[in-house]
Amino acid sequence: MSGATGVPGSLVGASVGRREDGPLVRGKGRFLDDLGVPGCLHVAFLRSPVAHAAIGVPDLTEAAAMPGVVAVYTAADLAPLLPGGDRLAVALPSSAIAFALDRPILASGETVYVGEPVVMIVAESRAAAEDAADAVWLDFDPLPVAADPVTALEEGAAPAHSGLPHNRLAEFGFDYGDCDAAFAAAAHRVTGTFTVDRGGSHSMEGRGVLARTDALTGRLEVWSSTQTPHALKKSLCTLFEREDAAVSVQAPDLGGGFGPKLVTYPEEIAVAAAAVDLGCPVKWVEDRREHFTSTTQEREQHWSMEMALDEDGAILGLRGSMVHDHGAWTARGLNVPYASGMMLPLIYRVPAYDLKIAVAVTNKTPVTPVRGAGQPQATFVMERLMDRAAEACGLDRAEIRLRNLVAPEEMPCAKELKLRSGRPVMLDSGDYPGTQKSAMAATGWHGFAARRAAALAEGRRLGIGMANYIEGTGRGPYETVTVRILRSGRIHVATGAAAMGQGLATALAQIVADHLGRDPALVDFSLGDTAEPYGFGGFNSRQTVVAGASADAAAKVVRTRVLRVAAHLLEVDEDELEIDGGLVRQRNGNRSIDFARLAREAEGLPGYDLPGIETPGLMATERVVIDDMAYSNGCCVAEVEVDAETGLVRIGTLHLSHDCGRMVNPAMVDGQILGGLAHGLGNALYEKMVYDDEAQPLSVTFADYLLVTSAEMPEADILHRETYSPLNALGVKGVGESGVIPVAAAVASAIENALSDLGVRVDFAPVSPQALRARIVAAGQRGQANGQEQGAQS
Amino acid sequence: MTETIAKTEISFTVNGRPRTVTVEPRKTLADTLREDCGLTGTHVGCEHGVCGACTVLVDGKAVRSCLMFGAQADGAEIRTVEGLAEGEALAPLQEAFIRNHALQCGFCTPGFLMLITGALDENPDIRDEELTEILSSNLCRCTGYRNIIRAAIETAETLRRSRGAA
Repeated sequence: MSGATGVPGSLVGASVGRREDGPLVRGKGRFLDDLGVPGCLHVAFLRSPVAHAAIGVPDLTEAAAMPGVVAVYTAADLAPLLPGGDRLAVALPSSAIAFALDRPILASGETVYVGEPVVMIVAESRAAAEDAADAVWLDFDPLPVAADPVTALEEGAAPAHSGLPHNRLAEFGFDYGDCDAAFAAAAHRVTGTFTVDRGGSHSMEGRGVLARTDALTGRLEVWSSTQTPHALKKSLCTLFEREDAAVSVQAPDLGGGFGPKLVTYPEEIAVAAAAVDLGCPVKWVEDRREHFTSTTQEREQHWSMEMALDEDGAILGLRGSMVHDHGAWTARGLNVPYASGMMLPLIYRVPAYDLKIAVAVTNKTPVTPVRGAGQPQATFVMERLMDRAAEACGLDRAEIRLRNLVAPEEMPCAKELKLRSGRPVMLDSGDYPGTQKSAMAATGWHGFAARRAAALAEGRRLGIGMANYIEGTGRGPYETVTVRILRSGRIHVATGAAAMGQGLATALAQIVADHLGRDPALVDFSLGDTAEPYGFGGFNSRQTVVAGASADAAAKVVRTRVLRVAAHLLEVDEDELEIDGGLVRQRNGNRSIDFARLAREAEGLPGYDLPGIETPGLMATERVVIDDMAYSNGCCVAEVEVDAETGLVRIGTLHLSHDCGRMVNPAMVDGQILGGLAHGLGNALYEKMVYDDEAQPLSVTFADYLLVTSAEMPEADILHRETYSPLNALGVKGVGESGVIPVAAAVASAIENALSDLGVRVDFAPVSPQALRARIVAAGQRGQANGQEQGAQS
Repeated sequence: MTETIAKTEISFTVNGRPRTVTVEPRKTLADTLREDCGLTGTHVGCEHGVCGACTVLVDGKAVRSCLMFGAQADGAEIRTVEGLAEGEALAPLQEAFIRNHALQCGFCTPGFLMLITGALDENPDIRDEELTEILSSNLCRCTGYRNIIRAAIETAETLRRSRGAA
């Protein structure tokens, strides 16, 4: 099923106003640092100033005596507070991992990246705690550094941890079809090496945690700016050896997530330990410098690839290798390089594939997903190869893509690849060529030559570029949603799904209210709710899909119960009834009853039969299991102007045609895409973590690490297509990461196009003016040398 | 061992209400507003003066409250996001932000609201391009800015029209 979103009067598909906005525009949001608790103490961490060092036992005498200091903790002090262990063992399982690198809560003996926490100071104010951090005496004796992932893998390279035999955390790959035969038979072969750099997530609100033990119940209560309250609760229960009921975790309003807040961090455990130890509330709020060094990052990968094609430009095979920078600890697992390798050939027909991945431990901040999670790199590499293939085959860049894209009639399309669970990859739905064609039409792809010529006459260099992508969304297995009509008549939705600013509450209110009278204002939420025993949270563009499916199912069950109880009490047939707002009424009559009354009646009375239902209450909990992923897709076309004298790139236009299945709220979908495009533009041109040879980060302020501002962000043209996913009843797919994935690839394609006469290759991102200018100069020198050579020969 | 730093008493008005607080001289205006006045709508995003989440109006000028000490605001008139709405009635700019989906997580929003309010107060006839240029002072990671620009321009037009009608 495809086409515009459908049911008349349905809330799903309508750009319903966001329920989150009112408090936020008034300055009444409740972000972590806004939570005030009387008597709250504040934390500062002493962090490693060098990337790899041997450390002794800190001398805390002076720090502990500083004004306002309440307690100072080293790793040794925390150990007795954490009977379940003082390391975060949170890696997703993989047989490819050679050795465990579970993070300690505080470092002891050795530090392995700049920003690693070593000592925790608790004081009456943050300022006092920071003063005391300066008064800790601790020698950092530098050790050899593994700064670069490629050289870190070489024989004899310095190990990132002094105990490690080597830095090769994992070697794995993807291999199907007969690559040797494909390359032997190829009419064309293209090769390329590609580098994508490391960047950060940079939610405007950093991380933060507030913990206390409830004096009456003894329960450990933790508030954290996290995408995954359930994961944090699991770690807390394990490390403190507490049962579920003895720990609660809540996420207040999140000032953005973008991936890294899905990770459970040492600071969250350390602050909770201090709260337990001291018996009073303790809070830590990350500052931006800490965010730059201790919040996880992503994207550095080095690829060397080769593609074989037949004479018509059909891909025959794809092979090569990739080195992935893992950072210093395993904070999530191999999911990012796995996603890169899996996504690379997915959107096209690739009969043979052989990719060898090496994951390198380095003395840098640990790597976990940042919006896009390995997919932007895969798209960059694949799309750059497609451009080279077009050149080799003498085809238009758009044409060669259309010849190779998986066709709509192949859907659902089984690929010879596996998800990390071992399940075969199945593309669920989509019209990839149609999506590309719509982007081409919107951007005037075929009219570009005229625009380019006209600009050239004015001395301006224009280029156009394209990138197709798909995004794996809706990571299973499930998210729990409980829908309950309260005695007040309001609808309460509790779920493990966690909001981080995308408008999750609005989307779920639309889905739930659709079955229960279509008034989203009646719905209240407990999001990221850890009172519910099973849940996951926000990552992998999953929540509209998995939480949406459970919300939809639960609301349907509650609807059935509402109608049964109402029919029983009103003494009419269920099919005579309709639900409107919080009221159930006879369609052709004057009887009605409200949710409040129904909820009370449905609870039952001692000694009386339930009113028309077998199970008490107007409540349902659903965990709809969806193991396969729903694949969103899209095509981005960028037009750029390049100043060859300076290497400066200006974005002219940006078009994105995309398909995320049925849209729950089109305005919010646009919002997700626009934000993603801006992040993608940052990855394309600006955002780069710069390190020196000793892995010392040099870009640790927003003055050095450039985010896109309103001045760089062009008006973007977003085109919607809706191919419903067959994997869930709503037909939805995720969209949170879509915008970011294709931009660097499309922009690189456009830059290369603008400089095609100079023979400049853009095989890296971000494309800074300095780096691009260096390529232009090098190409000029090459050209000159070739010219001289030819001159000498003639 | 360092001495406890002596606190100083300062007075200013915030959103028209007089306040007297006692703070360390090194305390920023942002922290003073948040911790000593209980006005947590002003957010701290970078403490380097780059992101602009902490923007407030001091004597009518948009300033980064993370780059100014509380003590420097002694005697000043300060406006924060909490002062934009009049009771239940949102300011036109706040309404325009909601209408245009110009916020997602909302963390940067108070800074943008104050930045734009300051710009429109200072020059009600500001050109769209100037307004867009001013908006590049602040950072947002969620929205991609276009909807913020739309909300700002729309509000400028609304205010111009209502001024013309008055």
